[in-house]
Amino acid sequence: MPSTDDWLNNPLGVVEGMFAASQNTPNSGWAAKAVAFFKDRLKEKDAHTWVPSLNDVPLHYLKPNSLVKFRCFIQDMFDPEFYMGTYEAVDPSTKAKVLRCGKYKDVTECGVDFNSRSTMTAERHTFYCVPIPGESPWVKEGYAGSSQARVVPSTSYAPTRQKRSYEEDDDDMDTDTQPQKQREPHTGPHSPTEPHGNGDCKRREKEAPSSQAASASHLDLNFPLPGEKGPSCLLKVYEEWDGFKLNEAVEVFGILSVSPALSALADEDASSSLLDPAGGMETAEEQRVHSPPASLVPRLHMLHAKPLPHNNPLLPAAGLEDNNSAFLSSTLREMAAVRAELLAYFTHVLLGDALAAEYLILHLVSNVYTRRDVLPLGKFTLNLSGCPAVASFTERFYQIIQQLVPSSYYLGMTLQNMNQMRLVPKKDYVANRLLSGALQLATNTSLFLDESQLEQGQLDTTGVRNVTALGNLISWQKVDYDFSYHQMEFPCNINVLIASEGRSLLPSDCQIHLQSQVAPPDLEAYLGGIQVHPQASQLNKFRMYLSVARQLDYSIADEVTKSVEDDFVDMRKDDPQSISAEDLHRMLVVARLLSLSLGQTSLSRDSWLRAKHVEMLRRSRMEQNKCVNGNEP
Amino acid sequence: GPTSPPFQRRRGQDSSTGDLMPMPTSPPTDVLSPRLVPTVPPNEVDMSSPLMYGTPSSRVEGTPRSGVRGTPARQRPDLGSVSKAPQVDLQSEPPSADGAVASEANAGQRLVIWGTDVNVGTCKEKFQADFILCVVGDPVLNVNCLHVQSFDAELYRQLICYPQEVIPTFDMAVNELFFERFPDSILEYQIQVRPYNALKTRNMRNLNPEDIDQLITISGMVIRTSQLIPEMQEAFFQCQVCAFSTRVEVDRGRIAEPAVCRHCNTTHSLALVHNRSLFSDKQMIKIQESPDDMPAGQTPHTTVVYAHNDLVDKVQPGDRINITGVYRAVPMRANPRQSNVKSVYKTHIDVIHFRKTDEKRLHGLDDAEQKLFTEERVQTLKELAAKPDVYERLASALAPSIYEHEDIKKGILLQLFGGTRKDFSQTGRGNFRADVNILLCGDPGTSKSQLLQYVFNLVPRGQYTSGKGSSAVGLTAYVMKDPETRQLVLQTGALVLSDNGICCIDEFDKMSDSTRSVLHEVMEQQTLSIAKAGIICQLNARTSVLAAANPIESQWNPKKTTIENIQLPHTLLSRFDLIFLMLDPQDEAYDRRLAHHLVSLYYQSEEQLEEEFLDMAMLRDYIAYARTYINPKLSEEASQALIEAYVDMRKIGSGRGMVSAYPRQLESLIRLAEAHSKVRFSEKVETIDVEEAKRLHREALKQSATDPRTGFVDISILTTGMSATARKRREEVAQALKKVIQAKGKTPAMKYHTLLEDLRRQSETAITKEMFDEALRALSDEDYLTVTGKTVRLLA
Repeated sequence: MPSTDDWLNNPLGVVEGMFAASQNTPNSGWAAKAVAFFKDRLKEKDAHTWVPSLNDVPLHYLKPNSLVKFRCFIQDMFDPEFYMGTYEAVDPSTKAKVLRCGKYKDVTECGVDFNSRSTMTAERHTFYCVPIPGESPWVKEGYAGSSQARVVPSTSYAPTRQKRSYEEDDDDMDTDTQPQKQREPHTGPHSPTEPHGNGDCKRREKEAPSSQAASASHLDLNFPLPGEKGPSCLLKVYEEWDGFKLNEAVEVFGILSVSPALSALADEDASSSLLDPAGGMETAEEQRVHSPPASLVPRLHMLHAKPLPHNNPLLPAAGLEDNNSAFLSSTLREMAAVRAELLAYFTHVLLGDALAAEYLILHLVSNVYTRRDVLPLGKFTLNLSGCPAVASFTERFYQIIQQLVPSSYYLGMTLQNMNQMRLVPKKDYVANRLLSGALQLATNTSLFLDESQLEQGQLDTTGVRNVTALGNLISWQKVDYDFSYHQMEFPCNINVLIASEGRSLLPSDCQIHLQSQVAPPDLEAYLGGIQVHPQASQLNKFRMYLSVARQLDYSIADEVTKSVEDDFVDMRKDDPQSISAEDLHRMLVVARLLSLSLGQTSLSRDSWLRAKHVEMLRRSRMEQNKCVNGNEP
Repeated sequence: GPTSPPFQRRRGQDSSTGDLMPMPTSPPTDVLSPRLVPTVPPNEVDMSSPLMYGTPSSRVEGTPRSGVRGTPARQRPDLGSVSKAPQVDLQSEPPSADGAVASEANAGQRLVIWGTDVNVGTCKEKFQADFILCVVGDPVLNVNCLHVQSFDAELYRQLICYPQEVIPTFDMAVNELFFERFPDSILEYQIQVRPYNALKTRNMRNLNPEDIDQLITISGMVIRTSQLIPEMQEAFFQCQVCAFSTRVEVDRGRIAEPAVCRHCNTTHSLALVHNRSLFSDKQMIKIQESPDDMPAGQTPHTTVVYAHNDLVDKVQPGDRINITGVYRAVPMRANPRQSNVKSVYKTHIDVIHFRKTDEKRLHGLDDAEQKLFTEERVQTLKELAAKPDVYERLASALAPSIYEHEDIKKGILLQLFGGTRKDFSQTGRGNFRADVNILLCGDPGTSKSQLLQYVFNLVPRGQYTSGKGSSAVGLTAYVMKDPETRQLVLQTGALVLSDNGICCIDEFDKMSDSTRSVLHEVMEQQTLSIAKAGIICQLNARTSVLAAANPIESQWNPKKTTIENIQLPHTLLSRFDLIFLMLDPQDEAYDRRLAHHLVSLYYQSEEQLEEEFLDMAMLRDYIAYARTYINPKLSEEASQALIEAYVDMRKIGSGRGMVSAYPRQLESLIRLAEAHSKVRFSEKVETIDVEEAKRLHREALKQSATDPRTGFVDISILTTGMSATARKRREEVAQALKKVIQAKGKTPAMKYHTLLEDLRRQSETAITKEMFDEALRALSDEDYLTVTGKTVRLLA
């Protein structure tokens, strides 16, 4: 059996060894065995942490043809590829014909005999993968910190690498990022091309020599969100490709291929396309997109992939279902306490408004858990109206959310953004790829819409389309991708939070008007202090809490069902106008989220009453607000 | 037997022309991996190489050849002296006997003739048709592979597996036969056989390495076409020294340049003369998987297709087509300067036959989209149809997450089935609308949008648009300049795209007037006239409209009529067959059921969800089957019942001096009755269908056309926008006003306010300002007076 170093550093050797061994026994199923071998190795305790990750190690520090992992998002799916699965080549030293395996490789050995009868064509699929869009800096750092991969030592690299992991270990990382943020206030709303995540600036500083940052400028890597950085890769999938879906977040283990021959071949193809009748079918753009230089977009030949049920480095990677009952029960016990802390924190952030803080928690743990014909269930889009228009409250508020959720995106709804940004992905037939848009987001991404940025003016065609797309996203949790001849519907699961001054022009499941407990003169000072973060340990508790609450199962017992029905009938009896079917829908969602936020996996009578109470408070506040607005001249 | 002489003759001729490859003799097991085991006879050594696939020279063999190829058509008439007798003999021979011989050695040669047989036997009429085509100058014979299969499965298998060899053989056979029968005709080039409808592959996604070099048929949509590419077929070389010329056929994209002149033995003296070389046309076309074939959550695949000769420029981007062709894989060109090569093949399809699927739609023949139902599926559907409560069952399967509103669901169900399409163009009436239009109006938040979304997701050709966001252009069509070709293209909007489907329009009331006016034509004539940028045309838009409208005031005002509530022009409203109100019923039992329904939404288990999902697929199939195969006709009793129903409807109103039904309502009734019989899978519209149509129509009327002042159903609310009582009252007020004015004697001008005061004083009933205005308007219509600002002047 190959040693540890072999399967990590020379996985192709392992594959080839198995291939060679199988030659004498037909139908040996060596390919399946090879995949199983790597799966078993990775199952071993902590084994996966020994695999270097494309996410946090710059490409030029990774050994070509070694095993790497990549936490990524499937942005596009290319056409299937036929390749030489097995072929015969002449060994340059012995001059003998040898049978070779073409799997997990981009280029063949020299001296291929095209006329050989043992050539076997096989099929593989190519996915274009990018890092998970809007991934928060703390997630990136969390994963990077837990990595134990031994990367080839390099003088220029080692210090930064170590510095980052240390920084992760001790708790002062927030104080480290803090001044950065204040120095560079959020510029996003004014220019969509500038980075939104403050962590990006930090990354850029530290990885200045990284080739990706420098070269990304002339090659469009097609990231869904503007200003994103990081590696993208062409993922070659050899089996069960039907199981993957667009916009899925997966962790891939595969063999890294950065052969310079790939780029050379691409150039060759482009220049010789005039002579080659077969090469003429690809346009230059298509070439650029489908065979970018391997130094910029490495190829990753997949051995094993697992979908990410969540993207939180603090949680066990396997998800909550299996063999983590100990973890689950301990977290469940603590949940009520953490919730109270979080509520206090949010109340502080939301200018002392406890009710709004309550709703914010509900919003952050919401999740589309199923769909009934066209109706997505469990979504809870929150419209936080009455946001003060001073001291960039909304932007500060977003940064706090970003600190808590694994991935998020701030979209300032300025007229310019609405009229110019590409929100909906569009198929580019010239380059034969899906041009990404800001709404191509992974499951459970928090989308923060800042409507306070919107001013009066004219929306053009794109603007109307963008607003419609946002409306569809909120109402149906789907995005209609533009394939120019038709549209294609892609379901999504995005938590949309709309911050606005008045009622939002977009639909929402729930609107709450912020009632500031802070006197206007003190507002500036108060907001300045908002960003004093809790301790990192507390932050981590919050992060864990939100991710766990979202993943819990939930049920309603029959007797509770009955009492809910009775309640509804009674309420309608008193005043039919007071509650509609829509209100009941919302109350059921609120009750669900409230239970989950308390760590209860079934609805209790108490939670129902509490949900009713909270809803009542909110509605009375809305009516109040309406009156106030009505009295205004 | 009597058939042997033609066999002999053909064999002899084959050897003389020498371009016919013998049929492969490899056993059928080879089919599994054609790339491993060469499928070609041993005398063609190169054929075993994967390189041969897709190279130009081999392509010529496989695909229809150009007229410039070696075997000129002129040779054929010489053989035409053969009498027709052998064919008759061949046809009389039973196919089963043929099959028995087919497995013997040398089968290929004989199969050719049987191939001919297939063409004559099963496509005799087609053959005649082809003759006419030949005169026009398009010698093509399209062969449906299904016919080949039904004739001889073995031949079909060979055609699929070895199209490169079998199709040229077919060509020969057809040409022989043609010239046997029509010895005097002169063709530009030989007849080409173009098989289509190969069942090997239906979906682009299923293409895999096993399909390489096989005949496949896939469907898709053209997304890009290239410029015409001239491809050299035969190079012409001339010696610079002695002017001796020679021709070299292009082999796999390469020209073997002769190094030595055969005439004067000078080395390297031959130069290529471009304008004497032969070129053929070629075009690169990209097709994309059609959205209906796609699994959810994946992006569509694309495939490169090469069209040759006369197939060039046959398709445009946006066309939906079925392509039959040979699937090819070409290795990336080996580069001599590089030791290792990319291990990827490039794949494409060499097209043999195009079939536009949407072209047929324009003629109303939907056979391309006919879903193929398996026998068991049809059986299940028929069993379901036989159930007495099928109508109720289907209605409740529709949008199960939306509670109750049974009649609305029934109405939408009938809309999904639609009436029978009738053609009265002979009598000048044109097409008779078969599609049912429905308008839902009611309080916001009564899940109208959800219902629309559901329907849009259910039907294959549904479009969903919102009245707020869509312009007339988005609904109809617009002219766009293609950035590449600078060609003007007509881009169709939602209404045209949903031809034969349902166009769901949300927020109908928010639509601008100009947009709405487009709908007038669509909803009755079912066409769309466009006159833009020099393009004048009429497109079909046989779409059912399912619209939802909110009341102008935020809540439905029960004291007002439908028209007043939603403020839509009555001309448009009268085009809806059914107008439903979706209101909150507000009663306890309903509330309880609603609560139960909603709560259950939130805790139902996965299995229950699964069950319902199946129901949606079933519902979809059921509707598709009924729409395709069931065309009910009115029975005698049903027509009687319809007449009675209509007469009754008219009678209701006549007692109060109102008309409560117009011919349009009769047409609606007919459509609904037809749709209902489709639900039952019945070819005949019977009395029960009419009964249900009547009931539903009445229900809808009761909801939407009840005069809130009198409580009576009054169709004129919908047809004229005003109830008859309202009109009567307006008349009375106008008369009263006239009296007031006349009582004043000769005053040419009056103050508006004083006049209103006077009228109020005289009238017993309360006169609102609106009523007064209406009365003034009525009188000014009579040219009795005129209103300018605040002054009223008498005209008389």
